Amino acid sequence: MNDQAGAEVKVERRKPPIDYIVRTREQYSGLGYPPYAWTHSEDDPPWTEVPGPLSELRLGVIATGGIYRTGQTAFTYRDDTTYRAIPTDVEASELRATHFAYDLTDARDDINVVFPIDTLRSLVAEGRVGELGPRFYTCMGGIYSQRRVGEELAPALVQRCLEDELDVVLLVPV
Amino acid sequence: MGLIARRLEAAGIATVCLTSARDITRAVNPPRAAFVDFPLGHTSGRPHQPELNRAIVGDALRAFEVLKVPGSMVHLRYHWAEDDSWKDGVMRPSAATADGGSGSGVADDRVERFDTPQFQTEADAAAAADSHGGETCAVCAGIDF
Repeated sequence: MNDQAGAEVKVERRKPPIDYIVRTREQYSGLGYPPYAWTHSEDDPPWTEVPGPLSELRLGVIATGGIYRTGQTAFTYRDDTTYRAIPTDVEASELRATHFAYDLTDARDDINVVFPIDTLRSLVAEGRVGELGPRFYTCMGGIYSQRRVGEELAPALVQRCLEDELDVVLLVPV
Repeated sequence: MGLIARRLEAAGIATVCLTSARDITRAVNPPRAAFVDFPLGHTSGRPHQPELNRAIVGDALRAFEVLKVPGSMVHLRYHWAEDDSWKDGVMRPSAATADGGSGSGVADDRVERFDTPQFQTEADAAAAADSHGGETCAVCAGIDF
């Protein structure tokens, strides 16, 4: 870029990834709110072997960007642990985004920035992915109650993914 | 989200988390993760750049193939901008006004936690009311198919 003859060599200056936990703590404490309790896992994650080449597998998606399809009820902004099922043959123009924790401008311009529906359909067309599950799932992020995520949302989504006979799932948080 | 990934993996479904919040994902420690250093709201790319988005998601899917150790994360080699100055103001509205700026939106730039459905458009609210026969649906999972 800017590759003009005789131009000085530009030194690339990169900053480390943002520490969102620290910044959220600073912002909340500055406002007098109780700290957000981030999920911390001390134990090793469970592990399932990928059952074959991706080009032969059925892929699902769970995204937290607060995405819904027209005709569905939108998410609320207060500890909403419901989810939406989005048919994977949906028109991208029917998808909406609503959330309190990120700038929605680009998501509302092109939903693929938080919900890669056209992206994945083209990866299937290219043969990179075997097939998509019949529906993708969406929910909210930034839910205060870890207990409700663990007791309500997570089991419901796991059950759905098992019913859809998914081989692998790509999770897309925002 | 990492919590859901762990539950899926325990149920026998392999997962990859594509994340733009490295520290949060590290804290939850999901089985496999791919990190893209973009502002929140762009985990899977930029608007109307299908080639870029296909590259990012394709690279994230590579994590299914290359990660063999539980809890590992690949860092995808994409940059949001020529430099990283966009990171300075994230969740730090005071930084933007420390030198005597306007002060607008400084104290609290967060969105109120409304406990009613937050539709993108009024037409969406009407469409949802139609599809529910006028009844309120608390869950709204599984309609439309």
